[in-house]
Amino acid sequence: MNTAVVLLPGLNRDRDMIAALTAITGKAPKTVWQTETALPQADLVVVPGGFSFGDYLRCGAIAARSPVMRAVAEAAGKGVPVLGVCNGFQILCEAGLLPGALMRNTSLRFVCREVKLSVANAATRFTAAYAKDQVIRCPVAHHDGNFFADAETLKRIEGENQVVFRYAEGTNPNGAINDIAGIVSAKGNVLGLMPHPENLVEPEHGGTDGRGIFESVLGLGPAKAAA
Amino acid sequence: MAPDTPITPELVASHGLKPDEYERILKLIGREPSITELGIFSAMWNEHCSYKSSKKWLRTLPTKGARVIQGPGENAGVVDIGDGLCVVFKMESHNHPSFIEPYQGAATGVGGILRDVFTMGARPIAAMNALRFGSPDHPKTRHLVAGVVAGVGGYGNSFGVPTVGGEVNFHPRYDGNCLVNAFAAGLARTDAIFYSKAEGVGLPVVYLGAKTGRDGVGGATMASAEFDDSIEEKRPTVQVGDPFTEKCLLEACLELMGTGAVIAIQDMGAAGLTCSAVEMGAKGDLGIRLDLEKVPVRETRMTPYEMMLSESQERMLMVLKPEKREEAEAIFRKWGLDFAIVGETTDDLRFRILFEGKEVANLPIKQLGDEAPEYDRPWVEPKAPAELKPVDLSRHDVADALLKLLASPDLCSRRWVYEQYDTLIQGNSLQRPGGDAGVVRVDGHARKALAFSSDVNPRYCEADPYRGGAQAVAECWRNLCAVGALPLAATDNLNFGNPEKPEIMGQFVKAVEGIGEACRALDFPIVSGNVSLYNETHGRAILPTPTIGGVGLIEDRTRTARIAFAGSNLAILLVGAPPAWGTHLGQSSFAREILKSEAGAPPPVDLAHEKRAGDFVRGLIAAGTTTSVHDCSDGGLAVALAEMAMASGIGATVPGLVDADPVAALFGEDQGRYLVAVSRSEVEAVQEKAEKAGLFAPWIGTTGGETLALGKARALPIAELTIAHESWFPSYMAGTGTGAAAAA
Repeated sequence: MNTAVVLLPGLNRDRDMIAALTAITGKAPKTVWQTETALPQADLVVVPGGFSFGDYLRCGAIAARSPVMRAVAEAAGKGVPVLGVCNGFQILCEAGLLPGALMRNTSLRFVCREVKLSVANAATRFTAAYAKDQVIRCPVAHHDGNFFADAETLKRIEGENQVVFRYAEGTNPNGAINDIAGIVSAKGNVLGLMPHPENLVEPEHGGTDGRGIFESVLGLGPAKAAA
Repeated sequence: MAPDTPITPELVASHGLKPDEYERILKLIGREPSITELGIFSAMWNEHCSYKSSKKWLRTLPTKGARVIQGPGENAGVVDIGDGLCVVFKMESHNHPSFIEPYQGAATGVGGILRDVFTMGARPIAAMNALRFGSPDHPKTRHLVAGVVAGVGGYGNSFGVPTVGGEVNFHPRYDGNCLVNAFAAGLARTDAIFYSKAEGVGLPVVYLGAKTGRDGVGGATMASAEFDDSIEEKRPTVQVGDPFTEKCLLEACLELMGTGAVIAIQDMGAAGLTCSAVEMGAKGDLGIRLDLEKVPVRETRMTPYEMMLSESQERMLMVLKPEKREEAEAIFRKWGLDFAIVGETTDDLRFRILFEGKEVANLPIKQLGDEAPEYDRPWVEPKAPAELKPVDLSRHDVADALLKLLASPDLCSRRWVYEQYDTLIQGNSLQRPGGDAGVVRVDGHARKALAFSSDVNPRYCEADPYRGGAQAVAECWRNLCAVGALPLAATDNLNFGNPEKPEIMGQFVKAVEGIGEACRALDFPIVSGNVSLYNETHGRAILPTPTIGGVGLIEDRTRTARIAFAGSNLAILLVGAPPAWGTHLGQSSFAREILKSEAGAPPPVDLAHEKRAGDFVRGLIAAGTTTSVHDCSDGGLAVALAEMAMASGIGATVPGLVDADPVAALFGEDQGRYLVAVSRSEVEAVQEKAEKAGLFAPWIGTTGGETLALGKARALPIAELTIAHESWFPSYMAGTGTGAAAAA
C-alpha cells in the first residue's frame, strides 16, 4: 500500500495528512516536492491543504502551474486515485482536473468549525465505506470554500452523480451552490473536497468519521455499512 | 534620511530621545552622532527595546525553577517537559500598530511571536491571543475587532498553527488604544535549542528570509510614545505581514538547524537589523561589522538609516559555521528565500556599519545593548478603590441577571472570534477555545499533552494593582489545573500607560509585586515576557493589563477534564468554597453589568488556598474521579454553572443556598473555587479527602434535565441560555446589536 503526498511551499496541512495516512496504512507516504516531474508509484496521491504560495493570487492558481502538478495530471489521466483537500481541491480545480471553482466564503471570513456532510454518492471509490445519504461529521477550515459552477457544468456534474458530499442539516459554512462540499471527476478517480477528513481519523480527534474516505480508496477497513 | 542630515534638537526629539539621553550619547561617543547612529540609538534605547523603565522591577520576578531551561532574556522561555522535550513560549504585544492598522498590526504581532519561538529551534504548536477593545459603543471598536481578528487569523491560519485560546474584553478605557497580546508556544528537543549569543571572531553574519523594504521604519520608537491626533500619519510605521514567507522561513530554519550550521540566530523584530545584530554581539561580548550593500533590499536607493531601522518582517540574522555555507545556502534557495553574508563578528566590541565604502556608524556595542540606560522612575502607591455601595440585592431576579450576564460583551460566547482561527490544524488539539484552557497533545508522544491559558482581569488591576496582578497569575494557574495540567511556567505581557506619570508607574510596580508574589507561592516562574508602556491617548491611560500566559503539562492525556458535564445525575461540588460559598461582589461582572458600578475592591487572593485547591482538583482528575471541572471566575458560580450546562446540553439543579443571599452567592467572584462533577457515590470520599486537604467542598447541586435551576429562581432552559450567550457577538459585528444602536 503506497501513498504519496504532494508538497508545495505554503501548504500546511501536509503534516496532518502524512500523520493520517501513516496511521491508516501503517506506512509513511512518500513526499513529492513541487519541482519534481515524476511521481512515485502510489495507490493514492494526495494534494493537501494550506495556502500554497500564500494564495495571494486566486487560491491554488500558482500551485496548479508547478511542475509536480503536471505529473499529478498525468497520473490522474492514467486512472491513479487523486485526492485534493481544501487548498488541494482548489489546486485541482485550477489545474483543470475537476470542474468548478472555489470562491470566497459568503461571510467573507475564514471559518473553522465542524459541519455535517451527507454522502451524496456512495458508489465512488472514495465513499464505498459509507452508505448513501449517511451523515458524517467533518471539520472545515477555509476562507475560500464556496463551490461554484456555471449552470451547464452544474447540471452535468449533478446529472453524472459527481457530487459526492453535501453539507447537511443546515451546516453549509461557505455558501457553496447546492451545498456541494466535494466532487469527483467524470472518470471518478479524482476527488476534491473542502472539509478535512484527515483531522477526524483517530479517537483523540474526537471521532473517526473521516477514515472512510481513505479506507475506501485504499480498499482497507470494515465492509460497507448497511444502508 | 540622507547620511549627511544635520543633527538638530528637533531631530533628536523626533527620535524619541530625551535631552539627557542625548547628552549621554554625546558623552559615550565623544562626538556628535551621524544620522544613522542617532537612528540606531533611538531604536535601541526606546522603551520597547530597552525596558529602561521596567527593568528594575522585572528583576524581582521569580524566573527559575527545576524545569526552567531558559528564563527571560532570550527570544522565548524554555521549559523542560521530560523525555528530552521542552516547550518554548512567549507572549508579546502589538498594541500600537494594531490600533493604527488593525489587520496588519495584529497579523505581524502573530508573525513576530511565532518567529521568536522558531528562532529557538522549536516548531510552533499552539497560539493564543489576548485582545482588549474599547467600548462596543465607540465608533471605532467594530472596525478594530473585525480587523484584528481577521489579521490574527489571516497570519496564524496561513502559517499553520492552531489557535487554542485567548481573551476578548471591552472597556471604554481601551477606546483610544486597543491591546493585541499574541502568545505562541513551540516544541523542541532539549538538546537542540538555539540561542542568540554569538560566539567566535571573524565568523560570517548571515541575513536570512525576506528582503528589506522601507516598511516599519521607526516602528519601535512609535510604539514607545503616546498617541495623539497625528496617529493617522503613523500608518507607514506599521509593517506588512507575509505568512507565506514566514512558513517557508520556519521550514528552512528548522532544516538549517538540523545541519549543525547555526552558531547563533536571532529574528529581526522590533528595530530589525539594528536590534538583532546588537543583541547577538553584545550577548557574546563581540563586535559586529555589517556591509549594507550586501543586504537584500526590495526597494532602490535605500539609505543606511532606512536599512538599519526597517522592520520588514520574516527576516533572521545568524552567525554561521563557515564550512557549512554551501549546505545552508542550498536550503534557503530551495525555499525561495534570501541568504546573504552581510558582515562578520569582530573582537573590538564595536558596532560598525559600512555603506558604499564609508563607515556610517561606529558605536560601542555593549552600551547599545545590555548596558542601555535604566531608570528608577518615581511612583506612588495606588489609591484604594471607592467602596461598592451597599444595595438591596433582593430586588434583582437571579434568572434575569444570569441571562443578561451571559449576553454581555465580556461574558458572551467568543465563537464569532475563534471560528475565524484554525483551531485544529496539526491534528493535535484536544481542547479548543471555549473551555478553561486549550489542550494540545505532544506530537509523537504516547501520553503527554500541554495546556495553555491566558488571563487577567484589568478591572481588578485598576482597583488594586497588587491584588489584580496576583489574581491574574492565580486564575491562569487555576485554569491549567482545571483541565488536569500541572502548571509549569508563565509568560507575562505587561500593558500599562505612561511610566513617566508616578500613578501609572505605581500601578506597574504594584502589579509586578503581585505577580511575583503569586508566581512564588504557586511555583509558577515567569520565563519570558514583554512590557508595553505608553498605552495612552490624549493623556488617558488604558486599564492596567498584565496579561499572564501559562503553560501546564498533562502527564496522561486520557486523564483530563472539560467544562462540559460528563453526564446526568452527577453531584456538583464547589471545591475551595469559603463557608458561605463566596459573596464578594466588588469589581464583579454582576456589579458592572447589573448594578452599573465599577466600584469596590477586587476579591482577595489567598495563594496558599489556591495552591491547596488546585493541587486537590488536579489530583481528582488524575485519579479519574472527575472529568467535568470548571473554575469560577468572571460572573461567579451562576455563570460557571451555565457554561457547564451549555457545553454539555445537560442541565443542573442547584437548590437553595444555606445562609446565603442568593445574588451574592451566585454572582460573587471569590477566588480559588472550582466546580467539580463527580458520581454521587464518590461524594463522601471526595469530601473526606477535601477536608484532609483543608478544603471545603460542599455538594451544591445535581446534573440532569434540560434546564438550569438555581435556588428559587425560575428554571432556565439550556436553549435559552445558549441563545443569550451566542447572540451578542454576531449581532454586534453585523451592526444589528447594541453598539449600532448606541453609535447611531
